[in-house]
Amino acid sequence: MFTRRQALIGVVAASLLAALPPMTAAMAGEIDLSALPRERIALVAPPFVHAHEQVATTGPRVIEYTMTIEEKTVVIDDEGTTLQGMTFNGSIPGPMMVVHQGDYVELTLVNPETNSLPHNIDFHAATGGLGGGALTLINPGEQTTLRFKATRSGTFVYHCAPEGAMIPWHVVSGMSGTIMVLPRDGLKDENGKPLRYEKVFYVGENDFYIPRDEAGNFISYESPGDSYADTLPVMRGLIPTHVVFNGAKGALTGDNAMTSRVGETVLIVHSQANRDTRPHLIGGHGDYVWEEGKFDNPPMKDLETWFIRGGSAGAALYTFLQPGIYAYVNHNLIEAVELGATAHFVVEGEWDDDLMKQVAAPGPIPVN
Amino acid sequence: MPWHIAETAAGGVAAVALSIAALATHGSDRIADAVTAPPTVVIEATRLAFPEPGEFLLDGRPMPAPVRSADVPTFAIMTHQVGLADYGRCVAAGRCTAADAAAPRSARAVPVTGVSHFDAVAYAAWLGEVTGARWRLPSALEAAVMAGERFSAETFSDAADDPKNPAVAWIRRYRDEGAARRPVDPDPKPFGTYGINALGVADFGGNVWEWTSTCYVRVGLDTDRVTERSRTENCRVHVLEGRHRAIMSDFVRDGRSGGCAVGTPPDNLGFRLVREPGRPLLARLTHRAAALFGR
Ligand SMILES: [Cu+2]
Repeated sequence: MFTRRQALIGVVAASLLAALPPMTAAMAGEIDLSALPRERIALVAPPFVHAHEQVATTGPRVIEYTMTIEEKTVVIDDEGTTLQGMTFNGSIPGPMMVVHQGDYVELTLVNPETNSLPHNIDFHAATGGLGGGALTLINPGEQTTLRFKATRSGTFVYHCAPEGAMIPWHVVSGMSGTIMVLPRDGLKDENGKPLRYEKVFYVGENDFYIPRDEAGNFISYESPGDSYADTLPVMRGLIPTHVVFNGAKGALTGDNAMTSRVGETVLIVHSQANRDTRPHLIGGHGDYVWEEGKFDNPPMKDLETWFIRGGSAGAALYTFLQPGIYAYVNHNLIEAVELGATAHFVVEGEWDDDLMKQVAAPGPIPVN
Repeated sequence: MPWHIAETAAGGVAAVALSIAALATHGSDRIADAVTAPPTVVIEATRLAFPEPGEFLLDGRPMPAPVRSADVPTFAIMTHQVGLADYGRCVAAGRCTAADAAAPRSARAVPVTGVSHFDAVAYAAWLGEVTGARWRLPSALEAAVMAGERFSAETFSDAADDPKNPAVAWIRRYRDEGAARRPVDPDPKPFGTYGINALGVADFGGNVWEWTSTCYVRVGLDTDRVTERSRTENCRVHVLEGRHRAIMSDFVRDGRSGGCAVGTPPDNLGFRLVREPGRPLLARLTHRAAALFGR
């Protein structure tokens, strides 16, 4: 019997054939990296980012990562709505990697037997081979290792891109993340003056398309395969049911709100692998913003809202000047408030009356 | 007197007039027969130390509401919240707008949800006509009394705010909210699910918040934190009582879209009504009218 799962996996065989020629070509020009230092870095779940140097203290290195793909049911809002999630390393978005320009990234991608679908990875930071997608397609029970050279600095999306209709479906099921390639001498302003951050947060934005039953309630499915046929028409409508940060409505609020303090400089990396978005920090600004995320271009300054093109990641540097609760939103406010794209910063420190003061508290309008 | 209180006071008379008119038009309309007065609990007269609902400010900083002692005369209130089926009769009579209630998962009777303040007032007027009694929303004070041991009002602390730094209060409130957060549970539960309180009132403090007739106020306090310097009343916004207090615009039907002082917003908005002590003359008139026009 020809099952839906077989139908989905059937795509793999074709892709593997397509992948053969570039693989042979890649093997022909083998180079020797044995002289380079290697470092193995453990990835951490967003919004946090693994420890890294802002200015490289060595020459180019080979940075080794491992990511295990995990298909799992995830809750995406406070009403218990579920998504048949597909994740890099168990989180939506996948973890952020940080390397320096000129480093080699060596990723081992694992697709455990417990998964039901083939997956791969396309790095927008990589050159050739569909960003690595052509060399990394693996079935459940397989793993692969890809190496690419980080030739350009900036924040770049990575995502799963198996083939055809599978591509958008895997991406809107959660399979995207970001790699930040720092200039070896760190971030700089338009005059080449160094810019440094004390904290970095990675905010990955996702659009989800959850089917509803006749009564209008979201449907829960048993497996990704079960959800596929119903999800496709919702995707084609292009109107997400959820637009969220860090995988779920409210995931970066309350106890999980991001924290800072007055005087601290924070780098916020924002990715959207599928759809345009427009981050805005309510009551704050973007002091220096690489809207397209590419550090060889001078940063824009004093932005109110910045535009992240679907399929890219951008970076904004901000020094908090006032304490309080800041909402960090997608400034399509319907998406922020109704669909979930809101995060919070809790910022402690001294209030600056010079920047803002309530001169007269709300009260009755005086009558003369 | 704010307009809504005047309207409520006039409501009894208007209702009877309408009722007679309706009966005159429809002759042997049987809607009146189908509706019996819902069971009520009599709450004895009492005196209550009550933090008034609203926003209280001292030089622009939020303060806890001053606690005042208030006398509450005896009143009779519905034992249960108004039911989905009860409300449906008002809709069928063309006097209420269909509720935004999700189809309940239980086959047993559930309270009506997805109703605004306007809907609650419309239902009270209709119920008055068909039962010959006068019904109205409870005030927040009455709701506090009937809530008995389940009354919670505002639950945030007011410790350690800094007059020079408003962010201290904002951050404290934000953390209080986080601590009070609970899983959302919007599915209406059958009557009795949340039990009865010591006064015999059923299901108060469950997943249905209850509209009151109390308007939102913003009060400027003097430095003694009791004396009022200013007071602005907004009667397009009313207080709801439940697991915690909520403040909503009158047209709101979905509690999750409205605001809340602390904690997760209400899962559902519903109501129960106070029956005014008998108005024997008017009630008798209504019955006589009914007799004349059909029975
Ligand atoms: Cu995939």
